[in-house]
Amino acid sequence: MPWLSILMGVSALGALGVAFVKNDKLAKQATLAVSLVVMVLTIVMTVQFSPNGDRFQFAETYDWIPAFGVHYAVAVDGVALVLILLSAILVPIVVLASWHDAEAGKRSVRTYFSLLLVLEAMMIGVFAATDVFLFYVFFEAMLIPMYFMIGSYGGAQRSYAAVKFLLYSLFGGLLMLVAVIALYVIAGKGTFLFPELIGAITDPTTQKWLFLGFFIAFAIKAPLWPFHTWLPDAAAQAPAGAAVLLVGVLDKVGTYGMLRFCLELFPEASKWATPVVIALAVIGIVYGAIVAIGQTDIKRLIAYTSISHFGFIAMGVFAMTQNGAAGSALYMVNHGFATGALFLIAGFLIYRRGSAFISDYGGVQKVAPILAGTFLVAGLSGLSLPGLSPFVSEFMVLLGTYEVYAVPAIIGATGVVLAAIYILWMYQRTMNGPTAESVQGMADLNSRERWVVGPLIALIIVLGFFPKPLLDVINPSVKETIHNVSVTAPASAVAKEGQ
Amino acid sequence: MEPAEILSNPGGVIGVGWLMIALPLLGAAVLLLGGRRTNKFGHYFGVLMVLASFVVAVLAFVQILGFAPGERRRGVSLYEFIPGVADMGLLIDPLSISFALLITGVGALIHIYSIGYMSHDLDRRRFFGYLNLFVAAMLLLVLADNYVALFVGWEGVGLASYLLIGFWQFKPTAATAAKKAFVVNRVGDFGLLIAIFIIFTSFGSVAFGEVFAKAGGASEGTLTAIGLLLLLGACGKSAQLPLQSWLLDAMEGPTPVSALIHAATMVTAGVYLVVRSGAAFFPGDGTASLVVTIVGVATLLAGAIIGTAKDDIKKALAGSTMSQIGYMMLAAGLGPVGYAFAIAHLITHGFFKANLFLGAGSVMHGMNDQVDMRKYGGLRTFMPITFYTFVIGYLAIIGFPLLSGYFTKDGIIETAMEHNAILGWLAVVGAGITGFYMSRVVFMTFFGERRWDEGVKPHESPAVMTWPLILLAIGSAGLGAFLIMGNRFMIFLGPAVGRPDELPAFHAFAPVGLATLALVAVGAGYAWLKYGRQQVPVLAPRGSFLTTFARRDLYGDALNEALFMRPGQWLTRLAVWFDNRGVDGLVNGLAATIGGSSGRLRRIQTGYVRSYALSIFVGAAILAGAWFVVGTL
Amino acid sequence: MTTHYLVLSALLFAIGGIGVLTRRNAIVVFMCVELMLNACNLAFVTFARQHGNIEGQVIAFFVMIVAAAEVVVGLAIIVTIFRTRRSASVDDASLLKH
Repeated sequence: MPWLSILMGVSALGALGVAFVKNDKLAKQATLAVSLVVMVLTIVMTVQFSPNGDRFQFAETYDWIPAFGVHYAVAVDGVALVLILLSAILVPIVVLASWHDAEAGKRSVRTYFSLLLVLEAMMIGVFAATDVFLFYVFFEAMLIPMYFMIGSYGGAQRSYAAVKFLLYSLFGGLLMLVAVIALYVIAGKGTFLFPELIGAITDPTTQKWLFLGFFIAFAIKAPLWPFHTWLPDAAAQAPAGAAVLLVGVLDKVGTYGMLRFCLELFPEASKWATPVVIALAVIGIVYGAIVAIGQTDIKRLIAYTSISHFGFIAMGVFAMTQNGAAGSALYMVNHGFATGALFLIAGFLIYRRGSAFISDYGGVQKVAPILAGTFLVAGLSGLSLPGLSPFVSEFMVLLGTYEVYAVPAIIGATGVVLAAIYILWMYQRTMNGPTAESVQGMADLNSRERWVVGPLIALIIVLGFFPKPLLDVINPSVKETIHNVSVTAPASAVAKEGQ
Repeated sequence: MEPAEILSNPGGVIGVGWLMIALPLLGAAVLLLGGRRTNKFGHYFGVLMVLASFVVAVLAFVQILGFAPGERRRGVSLYEFIPGVADMGLLIDPLSISFALLITGVGALIHIYSIGYMSHDLDRRRFFGYLNLFVAAMLLLVLADNYVALFVGWEGVGLASYLLIGFWQFKPTAATAAKKAFVVNRVGDFGLLIAIFIIFTSFGSVAFGEVFAKAGGASEGTLTAIGLLLLLGACGKSAQLPLQSWLLDAMEGPTPVSALIHAATMVTAGVYLVVRSGAAFFPGDGTASLVVTIVGVATLLAGAIIGTAKDDIKKALAGSTMSQIGYMMLAAGLGPVGYAFAIAHLITHGFFKANLFLGAGSVMHGMNDQVDMRKYGGLRTFMPITFYTFVIGYLAIIGFPLLSGYFTKDGIIETAMEHNAILGWLAVVGAGITGFYMSRVVFMTFFGERRWDEGVKPHESPAVMTWPLILLAIGSAGLGAFLIMGNRFMIFLGPAVGRPDELPAFHAFAPVGLATLALVAVGAGYAWLKYGRQQVPVLAPRGSFLTTFARRDLYGDALNEALFMRPGQWLTRLAVWFDNRGVDGLVNGLAATIGGSSGRLRRIQTGYVRSYALSIFVGAAILAGAWFVVGTL
Repeated sequence: MTTHYLVLSALLFAIGGIGVLTRRNAIVVFMCVELMLNACNLAFVTFARQHGNIEGQVIAFFVMIVAAAEVVVGLAIIVTIFRTRRSASVDDASLLKH
């Protein structure tokens, strides 16, 4: 079964169909139905994946531009699979959560939902692509629906945020394009297929230049400090659902790219750059957390916490240990659910009060206990409380990093203290204390919103105690990646360097 | 005697030991997810789950007693938690089962008490849900067979503590106290986390059995580092110096919470951690153990001093809790001789401090939630059961002969004295101060003239609250003798934590014990002079410099504020400014530069066809000129 | 011999260029452009004759065709502008300004 093409095809056709539905309500229902179908198909596909089989499964390869060796080649390994699963689960939740988000937009409601499905097709494509050129195409094409979702349906400063997002991403993307073409030319293999390009570039200097081209694009996408300033604007101005997909899935392409492309295609250069990347990651962890503490806007605060979390992910990837890299891959999924829940609940809160400023709230717990309770659980997952899924991944990342780089891991671990401050302080200011006049009579979550939050929180808790199913899928793929990185140099040399 | 081997799962009740954790967890899930539907029966359901868990613990205890001493450590693996790193599993041995009995036993009594205490609270169901959650997490903490699972429980109790301190979250003070407790605990957790990393990298495992077996092969430096980091974690959870500041604020929570979490069980988790890791990382000599004893003594004195100056009955008791845990820490740092005394004192303390807190709660219940002892006085006739049980707890804590504290605390003091005379004498001084501040609490509350507010009608609490008090008082009175006489507890605990080959002999009225008693008597006598015989002013007198020092918690908060909070706020503001102006400013500046220059370039487009034509001509002329020049070269 | 033709061509081109630059009336500007084109044509034809080569003549035909097409489009634009603005001055139609 060409599973991956079916997934993309269903979402893309769904997008086309939704775009022509005249009735808004029908458009929403159709989008929900399509995204649910994609989710079910993805789950069926995941079940059929055999973790200890071939690295890339469900592979399809067709010539696209034979003259330049460009293929339509899709396949998944464990890491890509869990990320596709993440996207497929998040989209229906986001659709349900965005039920009313598009109504105040500049364009029609059905366009918004159609864009959502287009984005879903591309998200699946970008994780599934095993042709570097195809990956690049999806990498850039994803910007288009997101640009319109922010620019046409966002908050007051949406144009500024959307353009900033677009320019930042395009800048990185163009650097990557240069590197992609150079990779094709220098490797001289006449193909863009990823598996054939592993180990194709041997000259260290060339590796470094190409690595930089890829890495900067991914660092902007992820985003890593100091390339992060587009994220708070974009996330704060985007409608909540789009913000979830932006931070939860799109940004993961950056860290996924580091793990997949930077490490495997340019192992020498990756090791050369490790000290710098780890330093940037650690700075990001601490800096993102400290700036988050000082935010006055709920959505910007969550965006800065994500910058801190992306520091963890990048640190784990570049630690290049089994625990670190597998922890990072798991972190990408967990962060998607946890921050997704946080953004969506914050979105519900903001929708009710019409303000994103923390100071406009207070004592919400009294009037809307379910809203407050779910917000707390989502927040606690943001501070990686054990028993909730992000803990497992954060623990693995820190442990995996500690094994080779003790000091960065210890500095990174201070993030757990800072996380407690930014989450609980925000919670206290919004939910605790005497009920503010402006939130008197605020309605609690309605049943649609409970259906949005419930599955996410259930996932967060279940994966917090039973991460094994995901890790069993992730671990073999990561092992392969780590093997490909270390095969060029004795593994002991890497370990020694760290100590 | 070294700790025994961890043997395999023997089946039976131990085989389903996870039920101890699962039952209260189920209770929490039902109460918290069930919503208002469970309002009617929620509190009974919560009590039932803890009682059921207690029954399982008792049965497991009986099963353990059935094994030979060397076969009493049983591992029960449950499932793979993080593949390659940690499994979820239970270690049921004399140490963990002692804790399980304490947690579920005292926990059940406090649950029952809460039915009465919280009867007027609209959110009683949520309260019981949180309490159940706490019990489950605490049991996971003590029953876990590895550091990662322990950490899950460790943070779980932190969460429950956060939720319960902030239970009346509409009070800003409660919300702030809850957050403070969590954040300070996280500082400790940071230490524990790093300790786990070192343990995993050094020994390749986090399971207790494997780690302790391999610990002998590690370097001195590694062991000390692990020990100190574990101690940091323990300090956070057990409110030891320098992470003590959250405990006094935590009294914002409902009184049963203070009794269960901030006196009897959770705050003793640090002692558990030290004793559990003792055989490997705190052998009684070496730097780590020394630091443990120093922290213990410093805290026992600090807590006692704070206790002398507080007028809030719960805060006086909280100071006392700090101080008593200081004793346990001190004992835990003394090596295998001390472990048994530490845990024995922990258990008896669990009883008498829960007794005292619940007694204080009963007083508050009858006094319209007044906590200021200066507004009590003469209550003994109005609430006799509370009075008598409170007095038993009081006598137990000050070490009145033959009551619990006498046995367990004296054991600690004598062991410390043998180990190091300075530590020993400081511990004796602490006991004297204990005699003073506890007597002060009793005299101010139950004796003297009435200083009540208008309209207060003190009354005895209902039976659902007094029965737990009576049961706890019985434990406070007799448990110490039961555990210590004939070294019963030390022998029982031996297989789990190790014990000295030569069991210490119990000296009734040894010189040190007599000195302690004398000092306690002096302290109590001074309290009688000041608060029994003299009239207690309703408004607190200004007091000397020392009084202020103690009232302000030895300036702990001021220190934290000056050292961490203010610089932290400053740093935060700086970082936000830097992010907006620096990083983002750079990007926006670049954009503005490009925008500005293109704005100026735009002026060239005048719209006049003829000027365009002119520029075309000029361009063509330049090109032609250039061509000529190049052509001639 | 051919020099005279070339000088004439250059003169015509210069007159046309000056006309384009200095005149305001769109029609006149237009005629001047035509003049420049024809000056070029003359040069092409001259060179073709000088070198005995037919290609220059062919190019001249192409230029004429382009010029004819240009007249069609250009005049149509000028007429439209005149209709809307009541003026045939090129300076009035400065809509392309920044």
